[in-house]
Amino acid sequence: MRLVVNGEPTVLEPAPASVAELLVRLRVPLERVAVELNGEIVTRAERAGRPVKDGDTVEVVTLVGGG
Amino acid sequence: MTIKDTPLQLGPITLASRLIVGTGKYKDLDETADCLRLSGADMVTVAIRRVPPKKEGERSLWDVIPPSMHILPNTAGCYTVDDCLRTARLGRELLGERGKLVKVEVIGDEKTLFPDVAATIEATRALVKEGFVCLPYVTDDPVACLRLIDVGAAAVMPLAAPIGSGLGIRNPHNLAIILEVVKAKRPDLPVIVDAGVGVPSDAARVLEMGVDGVLMNTAIAQASNARLMAEAMRDGVRAGRAAYLAGRMPMKLYASASSPLQGLIHAR
Repeated sequence: MRLVVNGEPTVLEPAPASVAELLVRLRVPLERVAVELNGEIVTRAERAGRPVKDGDTVEVVTLVGGG
Repeated sequence: MTIKDTPLQLGPITLASRLIVGTGKYKDLDETADCLRLSGADMVTVAIRRVPPKKEGERSLWDVIPPSMHILPNTAGCYTVDDCLRTARLGRELLGERGKLVKVEVIGDEKTLFPDVAATIEATRALVKEGFVCLPYVTDDPVACLRLIDVGAAAVMPLAAPIGSGLGIRNPHNLAIILEVVKAKRPDLPVIVDAGVGVPSDAARVLEMGVDGVLMNTAIAQASNARLMAEAMRDGVRAGRAAYLAGRMPMKLYASASSPLQGLIHAR
């Protein structure tokens, strides 16, 4: 499966079934990120039930230092 | 002497300290943690960015912000209303109950980082409708501050000087006018000076004028000794607020002797 994750073309085989599975595969701290799928927020509660499709664009963000 | 003061109220959040500090530009996370503590602040600002690749066991900003501190996510780096709204929504999703507030920041110029005022007003209007408590960063423009109140801002945050410049208060008269017009319209609405402060006397000076709070990052983080500057800023803000509450003496053009004129041992 080809995705664009945080601006980077990413190939994941086997394909993750859900946003929740994708996040585990990306090895991000699950409780410390927010996710946007094709420009739309996927809440924590929706992650397990939201499928990921070939060609999707995913943004995974967190807190960083700022003023 | 203990200061008898009402706390700073930002929407639903009550802050004992009138200093809000940023979390960027520190040398490392230990310095960040120490400065947050030493500043005495109850609220910190953070930015929302793409998650960096995870390194096992590595600490992140999450680990050094005490659970007792309020978090104010910003929309720094956004140049359009849409990007600002997206970033604000991601911040709220990320922080859950801790993410009710947002520092609305829509930049209009890369070199000065001055805000795009029209876009800031539009973004604030949209975010207020979505239930955000909006604290917009804005130019030191009294009319812009009034327009932000019209669209539902919970506070206005005029700059003292460009972000990260440390120039201090470039236009104290505009700040005085902002205080006058904002308080005339909404006496309870906080005015917070955000950006440009360089030294504690800058912070003290705006607090002395009646500004409700100060938000700063670089002035602490880029000091040679950031920890000592965090304490100095804490004291500067406290002194400025105390002086405002104490009420300054009236200014006079000519001298007024402090020692009695009676009982002099010589004739005048």
